[in-house]
Amino acid sequence: MTGPLLEAKGIEKSYGHVDALRGADFTLMEGEVVSLIGDNGAGKSTLVKILSGVESPDAGQILIDGDPVRFESVEQARVAGIETVHQDLALCADLTPAANFFLGREVLRPGLLGRLGFLDHAAMRTRARQECERLGVRLKSDTVSVSTLSGGQRQGVAVARAVTWARRVVFMDEPTAALGVVQTERVLDLIRSVRDSGVAVVLITHNMQDVKAVSDRIEVLRLGRRVARFSGADVSMEELVGAMTGALEQDPAGSDSNGLDDPDRPGTAEPRASGRDLDAPDTGALESLDEEQNR
Amino acid sequence: MTAPSRSSKSQRTETEDAGPDGVAARAGSPGAGLTRRLGSAQEVWIGLVLVALLVVFSLLEPDSFATSFNLLNLVADAAILLLLAVGMTYVIITSGIDLSVGGLLVFSGVTATKVMEATGATSTGSLLLGVVVAMLTGLVWGVLNGALVAYGRIPPLIVTLGTLGMSLGGALLLTGGVDMRAPGRLNLGLGLDKFVGVPVIVWISVAVTLVLGVILAQCRFGRHTYAIGSNSKAARNSGVLVNKHLVKVYALAGLLAGLAGYLSLAKYGVTGVSAHSTDNLQAIAAVVIGGTSLFGGAGTVTGTVIGVFIPAVLQNGFQILGVKPFWQQVVVGAVLIAAVYLDQWRRKARDN
Repeated sequence: MTGPLLEAKGIEKSYGHVDALRGADFTLMEGEVVSLIGDNGAGKSTLVKILSGVESPDAGQILIDGDPVRFESVEQARVAGIETVHQDLALCADLTPAANFFLGREVLRPGLLGRLGFLDHAAMRTRARQECERLGVRLKSDTVSVSTLSGGQRQGVAVARAVTWARRVVFMDEPTAALGVVQTERVLDLIRSVRDSGVAVVLITHNMQDVKAVSDRIEVLRLGRRVARFSGADVSMEELVGAMTGALEQDPAGSDSNGLDDPDRPGTAEPRASGRDLDAPDTGALESLDEEQNR
Repeated sequence: MTAPSRSSKSQRTETEDAGPDGVAARAGSPGAGLTRRLGSAQEVWIGLVLVALLVVFSLLEPDSFATSFNLLNLVADAAILLLLAVGMTYVIITSGIDLSVGGLLVFSGVTATKVMEATGATSTGSLLLGVVVAMLTGLVWGVLNGALVAYGRIPPLIVTLGTLGMSLGGALLLTGGVDMRAPGRLNLGLGLDKFVGVPVIVWISVAVTLVLGVILAQCRFGRHTYAIGSNSKAARNSGVLVNKHLVKVYALAGLLAGLAGYLSLAKYGVTGVSAHSTDNLQAIAAVVIGGTSLFGGAGTVTGTVIGVFIPAVLQNGFQILGVKPFWQQVVVGAVLIAAVYLDQWRRKARDN
């Protein structure tokens, strides 16, 4: 594997007096599932918004394939092959699944009518239905609005849409938050099949079980910085929680010497967890977690 | 977009899994199916109300109500309001509002009259210049509305209340408070011209309404209009240029107000500087009666057409029956509240 597909370095973002991100880093390799975890307010959603073009950073650098990029809009991120499933503002409830699927990239009729802006409803319905079925999202009808769908179906449509258009990366912000057990399993399967098709997935979630079930790697944000990185298979729940709460610090890039703005950070980092990095994701596998991998 | 669900029964059998959400969906789907049917039926219901009104008045006064003369008058009176209401439909679907339409109508009429007077007011060229000036004036005001709403992030209610005052006040300043007369050739020409027995003003209004109805239902412009009103953040995240689109929608409403101003000049022969302060409310009432949701995301031009004609038919019918015309205001008010109540109830049922 060559360099990272997507890399963020020293991203800063404040909203008024609130520093959401204070020099956050993030790394994503080609074709992997990375979970981005952290406690509430750690800056996960802000980081995703910046990496998907919804917001611009105050400072810091975003690299794609090693080249610096600046996303002024969602459109530019999309052109770079990045799609996002947003936490709660994903779909237009009054529109049909197909209309949502093609929102912003509507298919127009061929010929003169198309040039006048006429929509090709049939083509969009067929394609949306195909893509949903391919990903195991079943829709009872494609002529009713999204508002009549269940939470699971809505999430299915949102995920299917992002996956269909993404060429490089899909960000998923809490894709399983509103879902039951069965639908959650579906979404996790979906994430795996997306990865297998060569598109990298960044999963943001609070659910540690989901994290351990699908992640190739895990990056932990705390108070607006990356504080730890783990390989997905061999991390324990205690390590994840420790990193999220600050009981354990690992990433030297995230902990640049001054701890003034962070009074409750412990002075010593856990040495046990250090030394794992991207180039050697499998070293330091203390526990065998085959069953996690097989899930 | 608003096609009815085929049957709640098939929905129930096809609802996906046995998970908690599957259960919720199953329990919810008969209700959801019912509300869908009611939702899509709002135009149908309100259309039936209109038909019922027409039938009742025709039966009560067959010799004076159900005559082509009376009905044509009724349609001609409604034609100008229809233009305002169609623009308002787009605006309200984006979950906005445009209180300024009456002011823009008057202001556009005044600028058009000034320009026509300055250019002789008799030649065809002068009259054509008048319509261009009227529409351009409306367009500029509309762009101002849209820019303040989209980029200034000022609530549309405030923006358009402000431009209503500015345009009405501006029109009074330009005219010195005295109504200007429209050029005689315009008033006696376009104002009276008929084509196949129907006033040309009505034809213009019908053509504009048809085109905009098709664009709303069938074109990308319409799709984005619904998307913004339904969930503007989702629309933005999907790559819809929300701010630009909002400017276009308010510009369209302004453009139509400008055209309405010119047609109003032709029909009534005066600029009517003080006669249009409630046009906005009439247009909003028509749009809402026609089933467009004040919360945005839903509505049709067909509904708006019906919504324009219900108050018009009531007024006309009451006049012929000798009922005090004040009753029309009372009844329209009640219909308006009923329509919004229906919309609220429908949304509540949907969101559960």
